[in-house]
Amino acid sequence: MSMLAHDGTAMLGRQLQRIRNTPGLLILTQTMPITMLLFFGYVFGSALAMPGEEYRSFLVPGLLVATAANGIMTGMFQAAQDVHRGVTDRLRTLPINRAAVPLGQSVADVMVTAAGMVPFLLVGLAVGWRVEKSPLQAVGALGLLLLFRFATTWIGIFLGLLTRSEEAAGQLGGATFILPLLSNAYIPTEGLPGWLRTLAEWNPISAVTTALRDLFGNAPVPEGAAWPVAHPIAGSLMWCAVLLAVFAPLAVRRYAHGEG
Amino acid sequence: MTSTYAVLSEGLEKRFGEVHALRGLDLAVAPGTVCGILGSNGAGKTTAVRLLTTLLRPDAGSARVAGHDLVREPEAVRRAIAVTGQYASVDGDLTGRQNLRLFARLHRVRGPAERAAELLDRFGLTESADRPASTYSGGMRRRLDLAASLIRRPEILFLDEPTTGLDPASRNLIWDAVRDLTADGTTVLLTTQYLEEADQLAHDIALVAKGRVAHTGSPSQLKALIGAHVEIVVADADVLAKAAGVLDQLTGAEPSFDHVRNSVGAVTRDTTLTLPRLVRELDAAGVPLLDASIRPPTLDDVFLRLTKEVAA
Repeated sequence: MSMLAHDGTAMLGRQLQRIRNTPGLLILTQTMPITMLLFFGYVFGSALAMPGEEYRSFLVPGLLVATAANGIMTGMFQAAQDVHRGVTDRLRTLPINRAAVPLGQSVADVMVTAAGMVPFLLVGLAVGWRVEKSPLQAVGALGLLLLFRFATTWIGIFLGLLTRSEEAAGQLGGATFILPLLSNAYIPTEGLPGWLRTLAEWNPISAVTTALRDLFGNAPVPEGAAWPVAHPIAGSLMWCAVLLAVFAPLAVRRYAHGEG
Repeated sequence: MTSTYAVLSEGLEKRFGEVHALRGLDLAVAPGTVCGILGSNGAGKTTAVRLLTTLLRPDAGSARVAGHDLVREPEAVRRAIAVTGQYASVDGDLTGRQNLRLFARLHRVRGPAERAAELLDRFGLTESADRPASTYSGGMRRRLDLAASLIRRPEILFLDEPTTGLDPASRNLIWDAVRDLTADGTTVLLTTQYLEEADQLAHDIALVAKGRVAHTGSPSQLKALIGAHVEIVVADADVLAKAAGVLDQLTGAEPSFDHVRNSVGAVTRDTTLTLPRLVRELDAAGVPLLDASIRPPTLDDVFLRLTKEVAA
């Protein structure tokens, strides 16, 4: 365990140094959700039945979770890039813990996500979003968000080790853009036809988004929703636990064995 | 002591779907020596190295690396080896210094910063130490790769085509580093396309073809295996046939003609055939000679001949 902590910390340091060496990419990924908040908030907001400011308050938690779900994309791209460039194989010949490399990557990713939330939430405050409940609940909401990001990054790392190519990872990563569209991140699910509503509410993004809206006090838990959305905090924890239990061992196994 | 060899493999096999990349690789490398692994593209060199460095698991066969079983004790193998090559690279997004510090930390070296500075200096990288490795030239990159492998002196170093595409200065630096390492007792497994490199560095050569070791021996043993190349250049195309007749009598080997240069050549393992004797015999036969030579084979000759034999 101390071996994992030592090697994992070294690999975490590597990821943070990489980001510091190439800040352009980070700035690009951070401006994306802000652009979407302004675009969706004012363009869509003016066409929806919900008043503009109310929609923007509704949208801020949704975009936070949709951005967290991008962990699939970043995790996949970074893991595939390391495989492609031979870095993964170099590390695999070292006498280090088999989980240290993916763990370092996922923890670094969570830290970057946490830092990236600050400018986004400042813009959110500027367009009318507020924490309506206690600060403790707000902290809980952010903790839940980071836990979700941690889980999605492991999905990405597994897929990246599987695809082994930066191009494939880029293409597949682009497809993850549709995941929040099939959830309540941007629109309420109450208006959807029955089967589509069920599908959207069993999307993990919906449970986490509802939990954040509830904990920030931006919108009430919807009536008559599927279980993970009706019990959003328990539902979010359940989804994170399931995703981690499935994808973290898969990723570590894949990393340890390497081949197809 | 369970093994007197640094690397000992028996019947290693590896398949990738339909492709049978290794069909029973037997390899024995003595400690403190350089073993050159030669083979044409697709012969199985890379697969062999990937198996022996724990990156792939064999489908059949067994191997001991530094006395540890490859399959049962991969951790112990990893503690003894270092790998440098095209498919095992440092991180281009980090600077040279950051890379070496990272590897020093992962190897639990005391004073990782000092060790990194020392290696940067030794490999002439101090000036570019704080630039991302992706901006390095091919030679600098290769030197950084090797430096990362020498954070701790490995028992066995795997070098995969370490000087491909390098200028002579960088190449010599890497060759010197390999010689220093073996002088200190490190065993080196070297795959290379350059036969000159194997000739310069390797104590023993394993010629890999079709997933097996086809021949082993020192460079001079392998050269003796195929014999010397005799060549006669004549002034006039008319006497080429006569010259070939003499050559046939002396060597018993099939002559090969070069009609552009008016020359005929043959290969012989007969060590009693010396240049004075060759010239006397040709003169006695009335062949007007322009040039004659008996050239010991290069490792290129060995490689081309032996790989052709395996393919036939």
